[in-house]
Amino acid sequence: MTDAAKSQSGTRKRSLFEQLELDTRLLGMIGAFIVLALVFNVFTDGRFLTPRNIFNLTIQTVSVAIMATGMVFVIVTRHIDLSVGSLLATCSALMAMTQTMVAPEWLGLGLNHPLTAPLAILVGIVCGAAIGAFHGMLIGYLAIPAFIVTLGGLLVWRNVAWYLTSGQTIGPLDENFLLFGGIGGTLGETWSWIVGIVAVAFSLFALWQARRNKLAHDFPVKPLWAEVLVALIITAMILGFIALLNAYEIPTARLERMFEARGETMPEGHSAGYGIPYSVLLLAVVAIVMTVTARKTRLGRYIFATGGNPDAAELSGINTRMLTVKVFAIMGVLCALAALVASARLTFHSNDIGTLDELRVIAAAVIGGTALSGGIGTIYGAILGALIMQSLQSGMAMVGVDAPLQNIVVGSVLVLAVLVDIFYRKRTGAE
Amino acid sequence: MMSTESTAIDRSGTPLVEMRNITKTFGGVRAVDDVSINLYPGEVVGLLGHNGAGKSTLIKILSGAYRADSGEILVDGQKADIGSPRDARNYNIETIYQTLALADNLDAASNLFLGRELTNRMGIVDDATMEAETRKIMSRLNPNFRKFAAPVKSLSGGQRQSVAISRAVYFNARILIMDEPTAALGVQETEMVSELIQELKKQGLGIFLIDHDIHQVMRMCDRASVMKNGELVGTVNVADVTEDDLLGMIILGKNPGKAA
Repeated sequence: MTDAAKSQSGTRKRSLFEQLELDTRLLGMIGAFIVLALVFNVFTDGRFLTPRNIFNLTIQTVSVAIMATGMVFVIVTRHIDLSVGSLLATCSALMAMTQTMVAPEWLGLGLNHPLTAPLAILVGIVCGAAIGAFHGMLIGYLAIPAFIVTLGGLLVWRNVAWYLTSGQTIGPLDENFLLFGGIGGTLGETWSWIVGIVAVAFSLFALWQARRNKLAHDFPVKPLWAEVLVALIITAMILGFIALLNAYEIPTARLERMFEARGETMPEGHSAGYGIPYSVLLLAVVAIVMTVTARKTRLGRYIFATGGNPDAAELSGINTRMLTVKVFAIMGVLCALAALVASARLTFHSNDIGTLDELRVIAAAVIGGTALSGGIGTIYGAILGALIMQSLQSGMAMVGVDAPLQNIVVGSVLVLAVLVDIFYRKRTGAE
Repeated sequence: MMSTESTAIDRSGTPLVEMRNITKTFGGVRAVDDVSINLYPGEVVGLLGHNGAGKSTLIKILSGAYRADSGEILVDGQKADIGSPRDARNYNIETIYQTLALADNLDAASNLFLGRELTNRMGIVDDATMEAETRKIMSRLNPNFRKFAAPVKSLSGGQRQSVAISRAVYFNARILIMDEPTAALGVQETEMVSELIQELKKQGLGIFLIDHDIHQVMRMCDRASVMKNGELVGTVNVADVTEDDLLGMIILGKNPGKAA
């Protein structure tokens, strides 16, 4: 056989995955996650893969996942942020004080005023952005290593929160604010389906748009059947996820109370699912905004360019110092959003909120394929990383693994994940 | 030989760029000491000297990476204030660095447009158009280039250099600074780059070429400016000197007395 003929048959025999042009790394992570879930399911006699547990897993993941998306940017630019857990605590303390002191008493709005929750969230976001930007200035303009600045921040902000609240638990929080806590605020079945269908429509439109764009410039496109298959997989995943969340039914006693609160009586045999929690919806919005920022804006391009080669970025006229400030400010805003979810889920601000979150967040980003050497990382990877970490932790708890062993396993998995990643990069890089 | 072409260069008008009495010190060390050089349209001027002779510092002042302590830069006879790489670009000065030019993790198009991305009205980066433009310019400069989707890490030295050069050409550079453009390249790729330089010369660009390889300088440059210990030894017409003359200037700091 001649060389030409060989290479021709080679192109024809491109594997299924190649034709689909899917991210093999993502597939590997999803595969690992599925195996993990199945193993836990066996060991828990089928309790792991129930709508109830999946619902809980999802809402437990949100806070860390939100911060992990920001940690991707931080690590991609070759920095680190050890202060996210403490920053979360400071934001949470300020938001809680806004709800229990500032709004009802100083502003005279009383309890559960509709303006209280937006005001508290705004306070949190402004505070997070300001502290993050301050960290970024110390790192970018004064050239103090991020490790040191945020190690200092870890101590400072944890104890600023303590000082502000005198170490007290602050609650109860505003009832609208609590809607972001997970099970206390869900869309219900109908709205969940509507959101799902909108998401599907949007994804399909984006796929079609991308293909049309490529065709308009005469770029090679993947075969139509591959495109359709990808579209079907995405549709199935979105709608399947929503079906799962809808399948977790609100307990009858609670439903009855909900009807009573509206002055109605519940019809016989009535049932309703929870649907998408607001916190998960918030995570989805964060994920979309961060992904678009990473891939489709100048800011994102500069973040990755700076991570890949800081000198080249600087010589290309990118203001890498200001970029550092922006990256840490984004991280700060995401800490505030995570604080919203975490404190709403607890229903109060506690002094130890977010403790050790920095490690979970960094681990999630790293398991999700963010390279500490900079320049490489994805938002969806970090979210999946957070989900895998949370599944490990709560799966082991369900199986009844002792607490010390749980942490030993999680720590080992982190190191192992990075090792696998190194091998994977070596192999794909050598191609 | 190329040396015949050097006679065709018209040096009666205003130089494209002129650096006058440039001085730059780093903590007491005079990296560049009262150096003046100039460059005319369609000319390649070689900058020679040992490591630490100050040529890189001089050129980084022109490209905006450093600011001179004293002295002035004139572009088209007008005083130019270059405080950052962005300023340099506004004067159509483009630099091709030996190693630091590209972000390895990004593809060719992202590198070509780095810092100058095309965006739509909503500020969204227009990757498709950028790739189309990259394909267009690459088909001119390096028709064999195929790897548009891959990160530049996976490209060969010559391919990477052609991405760097295409970037300068695409944005209508008039003054090109090349820091050892062929240092990491094989014979064929070196040939490709030197052909490219001749092509750019014909289009009227002025090129500063930093190179260690005297051979290369004799072949590609019209004039050569030699630096030693931060000072300018002299500027000579390459056609009027031998390789030994140039070596004498570099090693001994001896001016053969044929300054242009």
